[in-house]
Amino acid sequence: MTDLLIIPIIKMLVIFGVCLFFVAYTTWIERKALGHFQLRYGPMRVGYHGLLQPLADAVKNFFKEEVVPDNADRAVFLMAPVISISFAVMLLAVIPFGPAMTIFGKRIDLYLANPSIGILFILGLATIGSYGTILGGWSSGNKYGYMGGLRASAMIISYELSLAFAVLSIIMVTGSFSLVDMVAAQQHFWDWNIFREPVAFLVFMISGIAELNRTPFDMPEAESELCCGYNIEYSSMKFSLFFLAEYTHLFVFASLVTTLFLGGWHGPVLPGLVWFFVKTFAVIFVCIWIRATIPRLRYDKVMKLEWKFLLPVALANVIATGVVVALLG
Amino acid sequence: MSESKTVTLNMGPHHPATHGVLRVVLELDGETIVNATPVIGYLHRGIEKICESRTYQQILPLTDRLDYSAASANNLGYCVAVEKLLGIEVPKRAQYLRVIMAEFARIMGHHLWLGTHALDIGAMTVIFYAFRDREMIMAMNEEIAGYRLTPSFIRIGGVAYEATDDFIAKVRKFVAWFPKALEGYHQLLTDNKIWTTRTMNIGKISAEEAINHGLTGPSLRGSGVAYDVRKAFPYSSYGDFDFKIPIGENGDVYDRYLVRMEEFKQSIAIIAQAIENLPSGPVMTDNPLVASPSQPEVQTDISALIRRFMVNAKGTPVPSGELYSAVEGAKGELGFYLVGDGSEQPYRLKIRSSCFYLASALPRLLVGHMVADAIAIIGSLDVVLGEIDR
Repeated sequence: MTDLLIIPIIKMLVIFGVCLFFVAYTTWIERKALGHFQLRYGPMRVGYHGLLQPLADAVKNFFKEEVVPDNADRAVFLMAPVISISFAVMLLAVIPFGPAMTIFGKRIDLYLANPSIGILFILGLATIGSYGTILGGWSSGNKYGYMGGLRASAMIISYELSLAFAVLSIIMVTGSFSLVDMVAAQQHFWDWNIFREPVAFLVFMISGIAELNRTPFDMPEAESELCCGYNIEYSSMKFSLFFLAEYTHLFVFASLVTTLFLGGWHGPVLPGLVWFFVKTFAVIFVCIWIRATIPRLRYDKVMKLEWKFLLPVALANVIATGVVVALLG
Repeated sequence: MSESKTVTLNMGPHHPATHGVLRVVLELDGETIVNATPVIGYLHRGIEKICESRTYQQILPLTDRLDYSAASANNLGYCVAVEKLLGIEVPKRAQYLRVIMAEFARIMGHHLWLGTHALDIGAMTVIFYAFRDREMIMAMNEEIAGYRLTPSFIRIGGVAYEATDDFIAKVRKFVAWFPKALEGYHQLLTDNKIWTTRTMNIGKISAEEAINHGLTGPSLRGSGVAYDVRKAFPYSSYGDFDFKIPIGENGDVYDRYLVRMEEFKQSIAIIAQAIENLPSGPVMTDNPLVASPSQPEVQTDISALIRRFMVNAKGTPVPSGELYSAVEGAKGELGFYLVGDGSEQPYRLKIRSSCFYLASALPRLLVGHMVADAIAIIGSLDVVLGEIDR
């Protein structure tokens, strides 16, 4: 009873709560880091150095007026943010946050589930989640939103491929689809997949940032071109959900990079849980850094980059990995 | 075969990248622009009409509001036109101070252009670096004129105040600092691969076409035409200074970018020369029709007091006649066509806005490009709606 029901429910609640807390603070970190990159402070007013800003934003958004445009497809319009956020949060279930702990004499694994196809679960759900973006853009009855949705669908179809191929080479190296096994295979520093599979790491980073719709690939919501693109007509909590989904995806992406390439929770001295979050936030910081520095690519160039460069590179990497794995047995 | 249909996309007047209230109606085939129509008039304040019922001095602050990102350059253009019609000579020191202010205005205008242009293309940090340095110029404006964005420092017949020592020290400091800042801008953008792919071969216009469209300023020089009013028809002692006119080759967005980046350098060189060789002497002409008498004079001499009232309340009578006089604003040739009828108000003041011509070239430049390029092109022309709509 306890093992089957109570512990998973507690874990679910803890993971949901803690992760959403971290996601909320990812927005704070992003605003702070961007601020300091740009010679300003970022949020400073609410709490010490703006530490309560995420809460203030949430409260503010709760009290904003709900606006549904007249020519929007109402049902789809309301459903889109829900799709976005729910599938984003579901991704958190399979991420191994740390080594097993013993609490009250019970062994507790620091993940909610360890399906044998963990990584496929993530790839699949992440793609379904992007329906939120596409449907949100299409249903809002706005041409900018429509273009954002259009771009989103094209980008997600394309970049999903190289992302999957980058993951495939990791699967070949590890010999397992389970994220827990992947972490277990990277116990020593030089075993980290970033050293074994540097090409896959780069491809994964680039296509991951593209999947996240972040600069320099923020096509669906290019502020200056489409004035926010797919979420242009969204207000109030509906917008908040999109926003939250986006940052949950960022968090999941960073923890995936940590899990797949940076040795997961392995590290010296500090407990595994701490190492996991240190690495995750380091990856998030790199994403913010890129956003602060690099201009946006043009839509057709983004497609060219994927189909003419990233995909062939990822494919070649998979073949090379296959050959090496086969030879070494 | 099914016939492909185009979509009409209304970009602006409230769009983050149309710089104010420019509205461009785009006809799109997919994301490719097949037709573009700029629509202006959302910022029309009737400045030219207001001018007809104001004295010549009262018009001056209105000119600040033309190209508000480079206000002093507009002041200079208007004052030069009025002084030509009045036939008065401005003291050398005032001319140098005017040059300093006008070049600072150009740098301020280019700062705004650089920041927003980079922001449009997605490099969001540049604007904050540009505005850090723009803020220093604002502080100098405040020091010498009391106002930051719209200094109205240049007056008919000279400048408003004597330069303070603080101001001169600040200018020297800025001149020493700015090349470093400029290096920083270059590092962020110039060789960035994404930046060059976004800007090279985009919005190309040949020298001949650029002239035919009436382009002036950096947008014309980007196409390789070395036309600059400061060199072609020197005013306000610009002949005294040693500076180059940077030109581009291809006339694309990248060349216009490089031209403006080089103009930063040339402007700062002009300011350095002007501040080092600042002549001594008065900063206001002694023409009694224009210059307000000094405070001690007013307090001791009744006729000086009367003259102050006449100059300030009634205005300066300007002889009949008409003339066109142009200066190099931050965006291009800024012309003032002035018709005087012997009274204290102009009969007509027509402003030749360089931005109007730049915006009129948009249909030619945008067609065939993608929506993302439209943003880059509008940014590279650097139109300011305050000057287009007047």
